[in-house]
Amino acid sequence: MIAAALDVFVDSLQFIVDERDLLLEKTLEHIVLSGAALLVSIAIAVPLGLALGHLHRGSFVAVNVANVGRALPTLVVIAVGFIFLGIGFTTVMLALVVLAVPPILTNAYVAVDEVDRDAVEAARGMGMTPSQVLWRVELPLALPLLFVGIRTAAVFVVATATIAAIAGGSGLGEILVNQAAYDVEGLVGAAICVSLLALAADAALGVLQRWLTPAGLKEELPAFEPDVRPVV
Amino acid sequence: MAEPVIPDFGEASDCVAENRLFCTDWVRENWDPVLQPALVEHIKLTVIAVGLGFVLSLVAALLAHRFRHVERPVAFLSAVIYTIPSLALFQLLVPVTGLTVTTVEIALVGYTLLILFRNNLAGLRSTPPEVLEAARGMGLTSNQTLWRVELPLALPAIVAGLRIAVVSTIALATVAAFVVSEGLGGPILGALRLDFRTEIIAAGALAVGLAILADALLVLAQRAVTPWASARRVT
Repeated sequence: MIAAALDVFVDSLQFIVDERDLLLEKTLEHIVLSGAALLVSIAIAVPLGLALGHLHRGSFVAVNVANVGRALPTLVVIAVGFIFLGIGFTTVMLALVVLAVPPILTNAYVAVDEVDRDAVEAARGMGMTPSQVLWRVELPLALPLLFVGIRTAAVFVVATATIAAIAGGSGLGEILVNQAAYDVEGLVGAAICVSLLALAADAALGVLQRWLTPAGLKEELPAFEPDVRPVV
Repeated sequence: MAEPVIPDFGEASDCVAENRLFCTDWVRENWDPVLQPALVEHIKLTVIAVGLGFVLSLVAALLAHRFRHVERPVAFLSAVIYTIPSLALFQLLVPVTGLTVTTVEIALVGYTLLILFRNNLAGLRSTPPEVLEAARGMGLTSNQTLWRVELPLALPAIVAGLRIAVVSTIALATVAAFVVSEGLGGPILGALRLDFRTEIIAAGALAVGLAILADALLVLAQRAVTPWASARRVT
């Protein structure tokens, strides 16, 4: 059994070498689709989370949206999107955004909401306006946790995009959901590529997170904190 | 007379034939042959995965609690598994374990490890030092301290981890249908390929409903096993 499995893995590495042009094209499509969905999700969730956290309002919604998001199976979101919008890019984008917004929103909210009240008080005492407090005090202090949410969502989107291929998404998922056209070597080869892509996305955002974190907070930075991400 | 070559699939109702949004008659007719078995399979997949994952992660957490150097490798490994997309992990396991339930369960167990390990360990470490001091002062051995003090105090965090693991495993188990026809993903995927709306909505609603119900049950369980912590929530 092990020997046969090893053969398949060797063959799938061969597939990666032979079909590198196809895989490269699909990987790029995957990155574009995931990146676009992530940017839209960030554009929606970060401002909303920051605003709610700054005002300390709407905690019930902001915190529970992640729980609801976790209970929504990816396949169901994609299938329901397919019912109402049919096969295509819009369906896939919308499904990815629906699934990526909750972790970003919840983390952004919690990040700002839990900024040390003394620091905010001190900033106000120094005569900062509310928007200065948000931009110069709350946002820098919230960045590490905010980034945990974005990182979580990024890995999540890369994973979801593979399943989204069933509703017309492009990318590596096209190979993974198409057992009829590709042999097991092709599926395993694509699976290796998409796994590496997810790990790379996580690592890259980890570096960015480290780079954007204020020096004073670096020591408390969590190594890996994907606690609100629903797995796909 | 020979049997007819074309099998008789019966008559579809107008609602089904027109593929309207939701046909209650289809759901009533197909509850027994399609939906209920899929629901039961889904529950089985989830219970086995979370059960095995819980045992493994509890053992790992107990080891990491006693020997600190165990924590990093376990956390790293479970984080790497967690990052791999599920569809890819299923396909990566297929050459080893084939298109079987084993493949699905190995992957599902793998995904519970990170959440459960972290919560179990955080729970075990949450015992206040003065409580440990008091336990030692009362003459408890380290085993007794573990069973009578640390584990009970870790329960809220442990159950919080179980809630996340159960809900995400229920959601994740739908993807198993790409590998083996088990669980609610089967009807969803089949209906998606046929563009049959009722089945997608019915099976999808069952999956979401199951997750919400399981979460609610675990909240009740959490309250029942930790009556002293009713006002406090650990996540």
